[in-house]
Parts: sequence; C-alpha cells; structure tokens
Amino acid sequence: MAWYRRLQNVFRAEQVDDELNSEFEFHLAETADRFVAEGMSQEEARRKARLRLGNYLVQKERTRDMDVAGWLDATRADLAYAVRQAKANPGFAAIAVLSLALGIGANTAIFQLLDAIRLRGLPVKDPSQLATVQGVKDFYIAGWYASRNEAFSYAQMNSLARHQHAFSDMLTFWPTRFNLSTGGQSRYAEALVVSSNFFDVLGVTPVVGSGIPDKDDKVACSSGTAVLSYAFWQREFGGQMSVIGKTISLDGHRFPIGGVMPRSFFGVEPGHGFDVALPLCVDNVFSKDGKGRAFNETAFWLTPIGRLKPGWTIERASVDVRNQSPAIFRETLPSDYRAEGVKSYLANKFKAASASAGVSSIRRGYENPLWILLAITGSVLLIACANLANLLLARASAREREMAVRQAVGASRPRLLMQLLSESLLLAVAGAALGFSLAQLLSRALVAFLNTADNRVEVPLGVDWHIFGFLAAWAAITCILFGLAPALRASGGEPVAAMRGSRTATASRQRNGLRRMLVVSQVALSLVLLIAALLFSRSLQKLLATNLGFDSRNVLLATVTTKGAGMENPDRRRQLFRDLDSHVASLGNVISAAPILFPPFSGSGWNDSVHADNDAARAGGKEAWFNRVGPKYFATMGTPLLAGRDVDDHDDMKAPKVALVNRAFAKRFFGGKNPVGRSFRVEAGEGKPDSLYQVVGLVGDTKYNEFSEEQRCIAFLPLTQDDPGDDRNFVLRARGSLGAVQSAFQREVNTLNPNLLVDFRVMDVQIQDSVLRERLMSNLSLVFGILAACLSTLGLYGVISYMVARRRTEIGIRVALGATRSNVYTLVARDAAMMVASGLFVGFTVALLLSRYAESLLFELKARDPLTLLLAGSLLTITAGIATMLPARRAARLEPTTALREE
Amino acid sequence: MSKSKNDKLQGTLTLLVLRTLEARGPLHGYGMCAHVHLISNDLLEVEEGSLYPALHRMEQDGWISSKWEITEKGRKAKVYAITARGRKQLADEEARWARLTRGVSRVLQYS
Repeated sequence: MAWYRRLQNVFRAEQVDDELNSEFEFHLAETADRFVAEGMSQEEARRKARLRLGNYLVQKERTRDMDVAGWLDATRADLAYAVRQAKANPGFAAIAVLSLALGIGANTAIFQLLDAIRLRGLPVKDPSQLATVQGVKDFYIAGWYASRNEAFSYAQMNSLARHQHAFSDMLTFWPTRFNLSTGGQSRYAEALVVSSNFFDVLGVTPVVGSGIPDKDDKVACSSGTAVLSYAFWQREFGGQMSVIGKTISLDGHRFPIGGVMPRSFFGVEPGHGFDVALPLCVDNVFSKDGKGRAFNETAFWLTPIGRLKPGWTIERASVDVRNQSPAIFRETLPSDYRAEGVKSYLANKFKAASASAGVSSIRRGYENPLWILLAITGSVLLIACANLANLLLARASAREREMAVRQAVGASRPRLLMQLLSESLLLAVAGAALGFSLAQLLSRALVAFLNTADNRVEVPLGVDWHIFGFLAAWAAITCILFGLAPALRASGGEPVAAMRGSRTATASRQRNGLRRMLVVSQVALSLVLLIAALLFSRSLQKLLATNLGFDSRNVLLATVTTKGAGMENPDRRRQLFRDLDSHVASLGNVISAAPILFPPFSGSGWNDSVHADNDAARAGGKEAWFNRVGPKYFATMGTPLLAGRDVDDHDDMKAPKVALVNRAFAKRFFGGKNPVGRSFRVEAGEGKPDSLYQVVGLVGDTKYNEFSEEQRCIAFLPLTQDDPGDDRNFVLRARGSLGAVQSAFQREVNTLNPNLLVDFRVMDVQIQDSVLRERLMSNLSLVFGILAACLSTLGLYGVISYMVARRRTEIGIRVALGATRSNVYTLVARDAAMMVASGLFVGFTVALLLSRYAESLLFELKARDPLTLLLAGSLLTITAGIATMLPARRAARLEPTTALREE
Repeated sequence: MSKSKNDKLQGTLTLLVLRTLEARGPLHGYGMCAHVHLISNDLLEVEEGSLYPALHRMEQDGWISSKWEITEKGRKAKVYAITARGRKQLADEEARWARLTRGVSRVLQYS
C-alpha cells in the first residue's frame, strides 16, 4: 500500500476498523482452537487467547496507526469534532458564519464594482499613459450638449490637438446608440463614434479584419467602416469570419464591417460596453442638415483621450493644456455669441486628468456613493469580526473546564490548540465560502440595479481573488486569533485550578477588558452606520415626497422614430404626426394622450435667456426652461390649467407664437400677476432676431428632470409651431394594463407605416430611475445599518450574559447580604449602560467627523441633522436596553442559595 | 532457558516474517506464529501483540501484500504474501543479521 492508501484510509475509517476486527477475530479463534485441542474449555481458551494478544484496543489502535496517515486522521477527527460542536450550537455557528459571509460578500461585491469603474486599468497598451482633458471648475459654454461625458466641439478638439505639447497623439470619441432594427420595435446597439486614430492611440489591434482605415480620417464621408466588439460579433454574427465585408444597418444606414476587436476590449468607458464603432466622418450621414456637427461651433459631443509623451506626467500635461487654453478658446469662439457669452467663453480653462481607468459617467455619479458603501460594508465586516471574537472569547471561557479535563486525561497542548484551531478555521472557511457566493449574487444584483432602459450598464465582473482573499484572510485571522488566544491561556494554566471551578467571587475586570472594548467599538460603529442609514433613507423619503406637479401613475411613454423609415421630407413627418395625434387619443383603454417634446425626467432639456414683455435690453435676460407640447398634454398628466387656454390646432406655423407658462415663470417674469395676455422675448444668437411669445395660459408648477431641482421657470410652446423632428414622444394615460395599451399603440403605428420604430417606457419607472443612486444608498445603508445594530446588540447581550454568569457567586452573596432585586438589576444595567454610553459617545464623535462626506449626497437634509442623530441614538439605546434587560432580569431572579451551593 | 522475546532485537520480527512467507508461501498471522514456534523448536515465540502492527507496516512499505481468504474451517482470514520488494528486503535483512551475529559471536568469543 502506498502513502495515498494511508491518506485514503483516513476517510474509510469504518472499513479499516471492520477489517482489523476480522483479522484479530481470526487470530483469536485459531488460538482458542489450539487451547481447546489441548483440553481447555471453550470459554477459558477464548480468555487465554485474548490475554496472549494483549490489550485488544491498544493492539488495534497500534495496528490501525500503521494503516492511516496520523496527522490527517487527527485533523479529520478535529474537523468532525468541530462540525459536531457547530451542530450542538447551531445558533452560535449560524451567527458567526452568516455575519462573516455578509461582511465578506458585501465588501467583495462593492469592491468589485469600484474596481471595475475606478481602479482597474483599461485593457489597452500602457493605460497609465492615458489622460483626458476636461474643463476646470466653473467651465461654462453655452450650446448643445450630447454626451454623458464631459464633451467638446469638433473645432475645440482640433485646436486642442494642434496646440498641446503633452500628448504624442489624441483620440476623440462620442458614445451613442444606434437602432439595429428596420421596423417594429427598436433594438439598440451601443456605439462609439471615434476618430480614425482611436484604436491606434489605445494600442488595440483587431482579432479579425482591420480597424478604422486612415481614409476615414475626414470631416465628412458618405460611408465609413464599422468595427465590432467581440461580444457583439459573437452575439449577432455567431463569431463567423465571413462577417468582414458584410454590412450592418444602424439607424437605417448601412455600413460595411471592417473588423472585430479583441474580447478583452470593452471600450474606454467602464460600465458602458460598446457593440460597434464608426469613424467620426459619418456624423453627417445621421444629421438632419447633411453636414454633421463637425461644422457646428456650439455642438459639444466629443471627449478626448491622449497618450502622454514619454516623461510627461498628468500634472505637467495639465499645466500645458491650461497654458494653451486662451489660444484654443480664441480660435474656436462661436460666431453667434453675444458679448457676455464671449467673455465667459474666453475665460474657460482646460486641465488634464488621468484616464488610465478610462472615462466614466458611472464613476462620476457613483464613485463617492460606492466608497461610502464600501466604508459601510467594511464597518459591518469589522463589527462581524468583533462579534465573532466576542463569541469565541465567551465560548472559550465557558470551555475552560472542558479544556482542563482534556488536558488532565492526557491530551497534549498542541493537540488541544489544533482542535480549537480547526473549530475556528471551520467557521472562517464556511463564512468565506458563503461570502464568496454571496459576493457574486450581490455584485450581479448591484449591476442589475444600476441598469435602466436609458443607461445600459455593463460591468465585467470577474471574481476579484485579491480582495476576496484579503477579506477571507482577515476573517480567518480574526477567528484564529480570538479562537486561539483564550485557548493558549486556558491550556497554559494548571488543569486542577480550572477543574476545581474556583471562580473568584468577583470576576476580574482585566480579563473582560478586551471584550468590553469590542462591544464599545461595535456600538460606536453601528451608531455611525445607523446614522448614515437614517440620513440616506430620510433624504430619499424627502425626495420622493416632493410634489412633481403631475400624476405619473399609469402613464405610458411611447417614442416613435422616423429615422430610416424614408420620411426625410418634413411635410410627410408633419402629416404623420398629425395622424398619430388623432389616432392615439382614440385607442382603447387610453383615457387621454398627448405628444410632448421632452417628457419629464427624460434627462433632455432646453433653456434660454428670457426678457419679460418686450423690453429693449439686448442682454441680461433671466434663465427659463422650455418644452413643446400638444393639445391636452396638461389634462393627460393631471397638471392644472390655472388660467387662459391650452394650446390647440390653430396654433400652427402661420399663427402668432404662443406659450403657456408655469407659476414659477409667472412669478419671476410677471411678478406673480396673471400672465395671460402678456408676452416675453427669448434671446437669439448674435445677429439673429429674438423671438416674441404671447402668453395664453398659466399652468401649475412641475418638475422638469429631477426630484431635487429648484422649481424651474418653464414655458410650454406648441409642438405645431416648430419644425417636426425625427421622432415624437407621446404620453398615454391608460385605463388598466399598460401592456394592452402598448400593443394597441404598436399596431396603430405599424398600420400607418411598417417601417416606423417604437420605444416604450413606463413613466413611473423613468421617474424612479432618476433617483437610482439615492435608492441604492438608502436601501443598502439601511440593510447594513440594521445588520450592524443587530450584530452589536447581540455582542452586548453576549457579554452581559457572560458577565452575569461569571458573577453569579458575587450576586448570590450580595443578595444573601440583603441586596434587593433592583440593586442587582442596577448593578448589571450600570455595566451595560457604561459600555453603551461610551460606544455612543465615540460613535457620535466619529459620525460628526465623517458627516461632510455624506453631505453632497443628501437632499434637503444636513448631515448633522439633529433629529436623525437623536433617532439613531435612541434606536440603539432601546435595542441595547432590551439586550441588557434579559440577562439583568436573570441576575435579579437569582436565588442566592442556588448560586452559592454551586461552589 | 527462557524463550527469547524476538522483538527485543530490532528488525528480527521483520526478518522472521519475510523468511517465513518466502519459505511457506502465503500465510495468515496466526500461521506465522505457529510456523516460527514450530521451526524454532519452541525456542522462539512471536509476540502476538507486535505481529499485527508489524504486518500492517510492512504492507504499507510494500514488502508484503495481503488478501482475504476463507480457510478450511470456514473462517475469514487475511493472508499475506511476500512481494518482489519484500524478497530484496529479506536479502538485505539476512545479510545484516549474519553480520550482526558474526560480530556478536566474535565479541563473545574473544573479549
């Protein structure tokens, strides 16, 4: 038998045992036979045979030792014992394992997300050399913005590339999405419209075909090469090599496919993958004017990334682009700015920032919240570890006697330590394993949570072994340290002392110092977490309680797109929209429907400078926001029409320009008087005539894009007094199910024109999505805050019960000497109160110190909100009170005779 | 003369077992005791308590192999047989034993 058989035998203990028994049985039987043959009785022969063999059990054990690997066998026995211990104490084991698992799982999940959007370098050549250029604080340029990232105009990018000295080469890109389908429901591909040097600057080479050819390095082109991402190639084209030379339809335009990028390359925006990349020159293909934004001085859409020259740092690059800023802005000054605009435009400055981890809008919105969440979950893990340490300490003291007995009957000290070690490790390993699976679930759930219809979030969530390993090791160290430390102490003592059960009348304070400190820090940490949780959830509540000014319930939002449907002629679109307007309102299950330019909370908007009535000033108008609506929009959304009339079909291109304004608008521009009959003027660009609008109606205030925005002054203009756009949004108030309305609408549109594309959204969902971050913070911090409070309450309970148990004798004597129940009660409660009070004190101090980090994420709430502080403090005090009451009552009920008799 | 307890001398038991198995072919533990007893003319007796741990150790070392058989009396017995490695070991042990006895007898003779 080789060594592995010995290992194997460890796990077939029963079989090995059986075989040994059979072998010895045979030997005994044969020996007995001989003695019988010599004339002994059967029984005597049997007895003598056994005597000759010696101590049966010892023989068996000695023989067995030859067959099994001793160290492994001992470990197996230890583990089996540990499992038995866990089974005997399921509550202890469950709390220990679960709290560890939650701590490890949540931390790993959040760290994975942070790592993906913030820390991990882009999957390109030397990502540390990459930098982006941004505007410094107070950067302000008026114009049309069309990017989720900080964006600049084509002219600015060209000028920047020429003036700067820091980068060997610069790329620019515009993230967008294109419609893949050519009729019916739209299906989107995430796209990057990029400069032709995009892949070269990044140092990424295609795995199939080629990248974007140099010939596409033009301002405009009629067609350009499409480059696919690996995932998209697999998904849409089954990974076939023949894809090169095929075409792909994007928003109804066909582009030849040139190549496929490697699997690891997800783009330059962590959190947003790309499906297809097109050269910048195709922008004109998609534009209405046929020229594209390259020629538009006030279209801001491009984000730059440069590769630093050798020896250049971000700081040096920052200084360089800052120094070049005046020249760049002078060169790119939009011609239609008025004097004020020119002044503020020229005052702008650029700076450079690292892009080694790419540029990310998700990072901007979620980096701070994620760090805060990581701090929260980190604290939970600390609390869980402290709790575990406390539990292990308590258990170790409870088992001092057991240890002493084991030692007395001959267990060696290393053997005892090994046994305790395996128990602690079992907890740590179980906790880590569960935490690992939890981390995967949680990080998926997190990404799914961040994913909305408008914002597809894709985060490559590989298992982060580093962070997981770190956390698991942290847990294991806690277990080992606190599982073993008392064991070392216990096993170092004289067994007799422990067995005698000689407890000193008053338990020594010093021995409990560590446990008290653990409880105090637990209380402090959980107070901080509770405060955070309450702050975030109260802030969310306040946000959601904001009056939107319209009723979002049971409203379906439909977007009809004419792109690629052969409707380039505006008159055809105008006719189509008129048809749609009339058909939509009469759909079954639709109470009311109306078209709108920017549906509320869509994220889009339009603002301008406005002058009340027709004052003569050329500048100095005040800001107002605009929207365009069709008839019955306000009735559909439940926004009250306070005075005047709604827009109607007579408000067409030939009629005088009219507008409805909201209360805030009326207050700001007309001093709160009835604005109907008044007029206002909107500033136009330099050299263009301003537009004058007649106010025909007054409506209630509504929110434009966010819960938290200051009430904006809004003017609603008729859709029919504008050129028809490419697409049109409808709000439909449904009776009953939104699904039925959706299919009815889809059918209606397709009968009008089968090439039209429709997109649906639920208004409520769109509105809820606008407070995604707040919901994330509120939900997670609440869960972890409560968890932390529970864990520390448990810790407090454990310590108090343990101390009551240790002080039984003392309490017995006190009661015997005449202490009343309430005296005893106070004795115990004072102890707990001391710990809780110090915990609260430390907690409040920490919370006040940290408050400024949370401030920016709160709505109408100070981070030092006294009510929240009070609430968190009293919540914790009450739970701590309950946790103390139970053991304190046990102590108060203690019969002195019982307690003293035990000694 | 008292019977010499053979396991006092390290390695003797191994030698006896291997030699017995080589001479007699496959045999169970009890058979080995009986054989040694018989051949040594009652001079040697294998201590039964030491035999089985030794057998199991030798099996782990690969010197002997084992299988279960049913004897004529209908009992289940674990029967050991010497392996090729066991024969090599036996040769070594025999040589060692010869050296040892030669050495010991010289000391007894000449000192």
